[in-house]
Amino acid sequence: MAERTPEKLVIIGNGMAPGRMLEELFEKAPGRYDVTIFNAEPRVNYDRIMLSPVLSGEKDYEQIIIHGDGWYIKHGITLYKGHKIIAIDRNAKTVTSDHGVTESYDKLVIATGSVPFIIPVPGKDLRGVITYRDLDDVQAMLLAAQSREKAVVIGGGLLGLEAAAGLQARGMDVTVLHVMPTLMERQLDPAAGYLLQKAVEARGIKVITKANTKRVVGEEKVEGIELDDGRIIPATLVVMAVGIRPNVGLAKEAGLAINRGIVVDAGMQTSDGHIMALGECAEVGGMVYGLVAPLYEMARVAASHLAGERSAAFVHSDTPTKLKVTGINLYSVGDFADGDGREEIVLRDATAGIYKRLVLKDNRIIGTVLYGDTADGAWFNDLLKHGTEISEMRDTLIFGQAYQGGSPLDPTAAVAALPDDAEICGCNGVCKGKIVSTITGKGLTSLDEVRAHTKASASCGSCTGLVEQLMSLTLGDNYNPAAVQPMCSCTELGHDDVRRLIKAKGLKTIPAVMQELEWKTSCGCAKCRPALNYYLVCDWPDEYADDYQSRFINERVHANIQKDGTYSVVPRMWGGVTNSKELRAIADVVDKFNVPLVKVTGGQRIDLLGIEKEDLPAVWADLGKAGFVSGQAYAKGLRTVKTCVGSEWCRFGTQDSTGLGIRIEKFMWGSWTPAKVKMAVSGCPRNCAEATCKDVGVICVDSGFEIHFAGAAGLDIKGTEVLGLVKTEDEALEHIVALTQMYREQARYLERIYKWAKRIGLDEIRRQIMDDAEKRKGYYDRFVFSQKFAQVDPWSERVSGKDKHEFRPMATVEFNQAAE
Amino acid sequence: MNWIAIGDISDIPLRGARCVKTPIGKIAVFRTAENEVFAIEDHCPHKGGPLSQGIVHGTAVTCPLHSWVISLETGKALGADEGAVRTIPVRNDNGALYIALENLALAAAE
Repeated sequence: MAERTPEKLVIIGNGMAPGRMLEELFEKAPGRYDVTIFNAEPRVNYDRIMLSPVLSGEKDYEQIIIHGDGWYIKHGITLYKGHKIIAIDRNAKTVTSDHGVTESYDKLVIATGSVPFIIPVPGKDLRGVITYRDLDDVQAMLLAAQSREKAVVIGGGLLGLEAAAGLQARGMDVTVLHVMPTLMERQLDPAAGYLLQKAVEARGIKVITKANTKRVVGEEKVEGIELDDGRIIPATLVVMAVGIRPNVGLAKEAGLAINRGIVVDAGMQTSDGHIMALGECAEVGGMVYGLVAPLYEMARVAASHLAGERSAAFVHSDTPTKLKVTGINLYSVGDFADGDGREEIVLRDATAGIYKRLVLKDNRIIGTVLYGDTADGAWFNDLLKHGTEISEMRDTLIFGQAYQGGSPLDPTAAVAALPDDAEICGCNGVCKGKIVSTITGKGLTSLDEVRAHTKASASCGSCTGLVEQLMSLTLGDNYNPAAVQPMCSCTELGHDDVRRLIKAKGLKTIPAVMQELEWKTSCGCAKCRPALNYYLVCDWPDEYADDYQSRFINERVHANIQKDGTYSVVPRMWGGVTNSKELRAIADVVDKFNVPLVKVTGGQRIDLLGIEKEDLPAVWADLGKAGFVSGQAYAKGLRTVKTCVGSEWCRFGTQDSTGLGIRIEKFMWGSWTPAKVKMAVSGCPRNCAEATCKDVGVICVDSGFEIHFAGAAGLDIKGTEVLGLVKTEDEALEHIVALTQMYREQARYLERIYKWAKRIGLDEIRRQIMDDAEKRKGYYDRFVFSQKFAQVDPWSERVSGKDKHEFRPMATVEFNQAAE
Repeated sequence: MNWIAIGDISDIPLRGARCVKTPIGKIAVFRTAENEVFAIEDHCPHKGGPLSQGIVHGTAVTCPLHSWVISLETGKALGADEGAVRTIPVRNDNGALYIALENLALAAAE
């Protein structure tokens, strides 16, 4: 390509449509534009379809980011976060933000999305009345949900029901008000609407249909909703989810042609030749759109035009609707109203809660509503899109694809039978042929890779099953769909799913986890029980009662079992520092209990080996008198912080490494972690404390503290990675604590930091701990909170009599008794 | 049978174990989640680990040393491992527990 100065492309809005447009554009015409984005929201591009799973707790914000900060940097995009454009000057070809930034453009793309519709009733501005549109709304709802009080959702459409399910999952008492007689009437016929209402009510959500809101009740804060018929529904939170309107204010002021949305032609061009519009704010062919598939189609067309391909044109197509509420399956597409010349095929199975309806015209499917069993949705949609003549298979059509052509096919064969242009992923418009050719062409073997390369199943995820079937079809035995390793043979779920569901469903005991997650054994096994116990300790530090019988023996008796059934005892020596009084007490214990071996450990502690279990409380009592607490050398928890002598003694020392090590250890002792955590602080880069092979290490330098993590010196040997450099001891402590808490919350049981970090990605960890102060503070605060319950010396507890039975035999049978 | 009283079922935690010292070695007495009581030698057939210190699940215990899983009902190693420990008869009279040691006593007297 000939060198030329890049043109200036300015985009107003940073949602999914312009994000997709840029991806396509960078592929078609790399380097052609200098891109600047103004985003009124203070964040990067995330998947709005996934807000409901975030609300219900099935995902968190990090998991729904489409483009991380790195993507913007890589493509040289200037992203103004939290900048709202307040004016477009079409003559000067500039835009100006509310923070006073003015940028000029050669091409301007308006992607301002939509605004939620607020019902114009008295009280609509009260505190506690919110809409459901972006992450800020979700956060507001999560905050309100902590009260566990009553919520009203106005609107029984897709968004309203997802909001209701999410709030209910978070523990609120939810009522849905819907103005029409049945739920989701735009996507469902009354029969399916009825089944949906039953399913929603079965979850404990109240539904009031034909409910006309008269006013929002309350003085300063919302207290309830009054309906037309005088009924008052009490609520401390009201979510309005009654619809959206294209956000056209800015375009209107700029004098562009406006109807319902910003009027564009099939090439996404507005009435100004230098300005394009796309997404929910755009109106094309007299239609405005709110589902992602047509918005992505607009993105594709806009990118083509920006790349100079003038022929691309937007074509309307019906988009299937799915509800993202776990456990409720529904699917609808096309036109399903009754009418002249229309016929229908209906299948109902009341016991199984299944309803299927096909609307036919001239022996072709023109609409489909599926409830309960939606497996054939893609196939019906395919027949609809192609206008396939169905009279041949009419008798068995409603039973689905598996029943066509004789004997039932298995699901994989059904997928095999789909034509190459059958759409698999509705959100991203990816067809079967594209997925198969990408798998073979690029040698893909995992679902994540297929998502990354084709975008299939990368948005709402409801086609994941189909994509997996395609993968096994294409790869044969080389694809292992059960790539998620179950925790153990008691469950099909992997560690990550279990951790996520514990949070999402608010499970707070081991029996609750096993019941709700359908454990296959009545009381688990030695693999899953300690893991579950840890997850619950970590997630609910104040509420969960530690299950002693689910801990490994070492953590039950607070000592390390040896091959002969005796135990080893390691008292805590903060930072590896001791004194004559402590050493004397240890020497006395050694003599008194005839301790067979005294050994110095790699973590700068003294280990007393060969102690009988019955003697443990007495040994601890003597050590306790000298001020010792448990060294937790047996724990999946913080073990040791090894130090060198640092600037207090060493002629090379740059900082007080011993002091920092002791401070870290005193702050963090007692915390349970997924696997053991060993730390070290070295006073200079000579690194005498060997900090660069620890789980977390600090190398002191003149300018501050270099924090390291993810080292290993056991089964694997691995140098640490640098997390970052901080200036003060306080900052060092805060960063280390936050990192540890992030690890505590995310890692799988028995997974050391270096393995977790490899799985999560070093950059992601750096981003959250080094760059995101708010995130870091959150982790830090949660760690501090959990320490309130964790920092109890287990030795002194047991010296005072806790778990007495553990250290005594139940009975002693004498020889004469036995021989009688 | 010569039943020897060893204590009450409440002395043993649910999904837990206690050990009883006898002249011919330690015996592990288990109480399952369902309140069943079992007694077996406190000596894993693999490397002699103290089974009374293991995690109890269903009617099995996982040895604390190398995670062999031993059936409390049969004393046999479950899964791929092979080996067995002796089971000891237990009587449960409304919570009062007794074990029978004849075989062991005989063995010791030999």
